[in-house]
Amino acid sequence: MKATILNAMWLAMALSVLYGCRQKSDDGEENISARAVRMKVESQPVKAELTSPPLVPKPVGNRPPQKLIVDMEIIEEEGELADGVRYVFWTFGGTVPGSFIRGRVGDEVEFTLKNHPDNKLPHNIDLHAVTGQGGGAEASFVAPGHQKTFKFKLINPGLFVYHCATAPVGMHIGNGMYGLILVEPAGGLPKVDREYYVMQGDFYTKGKHGEPGLQPFDMQKAYDEHADYVLFNGKVGALTGDNRLTANTGETVRLFVGNGGPNLVSSFHVIGEIFDKVYIEGGSAVNRNVQTTLIPAGGAAIVEFKVEVPSNLILVDHALFRTFNKGALGILEVSGEKNHLVFEGEVLEGIYQPEGATIQSTPVSEAGAEPAKPLTKPEKMQLGQRIYNTACFACHQPNGEGLGEAFPPLAKSDYLNKDAARAINTVLRGLSGEITVNGKKYNSQMPAQVLNDQEVAGVLTFIYNNWGNNGTEVTEEQVRAQRK
Amino acid sequence: MQTPVFIFFSALLLGMTQGTVKNGMSRVEGGRYVPMYGAGKNEMVTVASFEMDRLPVTNADFMAFVKQFPRWKKSAAPRLFADAGYLKNWTEDLSFPPSLSEAPVTNVSWFAAKAYCECQDKRLPTTHEWEFAAMAGYQHRDERRDSLFSARILAAYETPKTYLKPVGQSRPNYWGLYNLNELVWEWTSDFGSVMMSGENRNADARDLFCGAGSLNATDLMNYAAFMRYAFRSSIQARFTINNLGFRCAR
Repeated sequence: MKATILNAMWLAMALSVLYGCRQKSDDGEENISARAVRMKVESQPVKAELTSPPLVPKPVGNRPPQKLIVDMEIIEEEGELADGVRYVFWTFGGTVPGSFIRGRVGDEVEFTLKNHPDNKLPHNIDLHAVTGQGGGAEASFVAPGHQKTFKFKLINPGLFVYHCATAPVGMHIGNGMYGLILVEPAGGLPKVDREYYVMQGDFYTKGKHGEPGLQPFDMQKAYDEHADYVLFNGKVGALTGDNRLTANTGETVRLFVGNGGPNLVSSFHVIGEIFDKVYIEGGSAVNRNVQTTLIPAGGAAIVEFKVEVPSNLILVDHALFRTFNKGALGILEVSGEKNHLVFEGEVLEGIYQPEGATIQSTPVSEAGAEPAKPLTKPEKMQLGQRIYNTACFACHQPNGEGLGEAFPPLAKSDYLNKDAARAINTVLRGLSGEITVNGKKYNSQMPAQVLNDQEVAGVLTFIYNNWGNNGTEVTEEQVRAQRK
Repeated sequence: MQTPVFIFFSALLLGMTQGTVKNGMSRVEGGRYVPMYGAGKNEMVTVASFEMDRLPVTNADFMAFVKQFPRWKKSAAPRLFADAGYLKNWTEDLSFPPSLSEAPVTNVSWFAAKAYCECQDKRLPTTHEWEFAAMAGYQHRDERRDSLFSARILAAYETPKTYLKPVGQSRPNYWGLYNLNELVWEWTSDFGSVMMSGENRNADARDLFCGAGSLNATDLMNYAAFMRYAFRSSIQARFTINNLGFRCAR
């Protein structure tokens, strides 16, 4: 496809020379790459800044085209897919995804690929930003303990994937051998306040998701496309907790999002945000006001948005089982002043009576103050079950088993059983930040629940008297005490 | 690239002790099989009976050789026949960390490996011989279709730093050969005869990669072979590599 376009381009150039007149092409891109081929570079070579995810190198700004020296080392090393789950990654630059490369149209790149002496396998690199044999695959094929240098010119602007293309290719990619190279147009991309590098990949392990210990690659699962992990930046939690991305209200954020695959296409979405701009498939076409953008395996997109209100924005693959069960979840924490014009939050809770009786409503701030007569334990259990099955089960699951890395279990929960006052507080005020439940770390957010004292006592009593918990009966007095 | 330039040392048998069963050679009964590459599509290759070292050559073995043939010392071997990494894990010409004594010798070039074998009246195995011997599992001559066999090999290929482990510690295969797919890659006499291009996705004229685009479930066994052939295609006779050793045949 690319060859066809290029051929067409050369043909067009040849023709224009033949006819001796310069016609303005309808397709601006052809002109850009044709011009790029002829661009002169500064004589002094410059070593390219390479960064590990989620960081990206400095923008090119207004600099002219130059000779760019890229040194990249391939390292096969054991790391963590998730807490307690070990995996031997094959990496460009020691990280999954590999180091971020940033240049501009017209740059002449001298690329040296070094295969670490302790590595067991030969490797190479196919950069989708390269026009030429295999994107550099053959020119860069290198044995362990050796290095290869090859050269190319960046002639098309865009965000491109690079990956290893040594047999078995799917396995090399499946073990983490991919990354992004950004080719900025002349003058650079428009300035933004924050830029981050996020790349999705699917992983196939012998043990099922979460099984601890060193997990070998499973060729059969990869062949069947049955992923055990779908991850942003190569690890469950690579973009949550202390690793979360951050921004302040009023700032513009640009995400360079890639998808290494090897198999799955990403439905990239940020919960609580709308993309003001998407550079579709990493190319030059810009779409605006987008909710979810498709990122093919071996493809990328640039998304931009202004963050208006403080909240935790959640990066997901909206094929949501991948997010809640296989790890594809990241957090962008936005701090700053609330903006009530943009988002007011919950303002009123009411009882909906379709038959027309007087609608009773209770301002949120007074929701807890409503008195109610004391209930027996069985009544509490009944009330608690009803509340649980509307307010809690979606995250904590019908049997309190919790969900994935995001929502801790309530069943046989040491955290819960240790401290009833803390549990009451959690229901009343919500909880955010890192906690450890049954030996596993969680770092997400639970919102405050709008329930009255009787309901809080009921739901907690229900939880404490189910699923192997310690049978505590929570009273309304205890709840009231915690409200103060 | 590698016309055997070499040097035929007088046929001296080195004083290797034959004390344990693990040392010495095993006989591999000849037969016919379809290798992954190097023959026409689905073409049978005939392998004559041969003998093969049960163990990879160790650092201790290689030390004995170097003592006898000082021109293969770390400091003496010509760069034409062994690149700058030759025996780089050895501390000096005649010493290496004691822990490496029974580990396979690595960072030896094809020329050095070939000379070692010839000095013992042996030779390097051909690629067809090596692949034929290595398709045997614990029980049978050809277990390539056994998914556990393939999984075991792939897992070993992925395990880092196996070149530091001593030889002969695991179970031998059907022929009594140890560590064929476990510790290090091994030189073959004609490693360069089947070349993958660095571009591993082409179906080129030699038909090497026609399978790459059409693998089906029954071909999963080929992934391990893919990796061996890819490795062999990436090296040159003077290369020395941490994870590349050898054993001899006869």
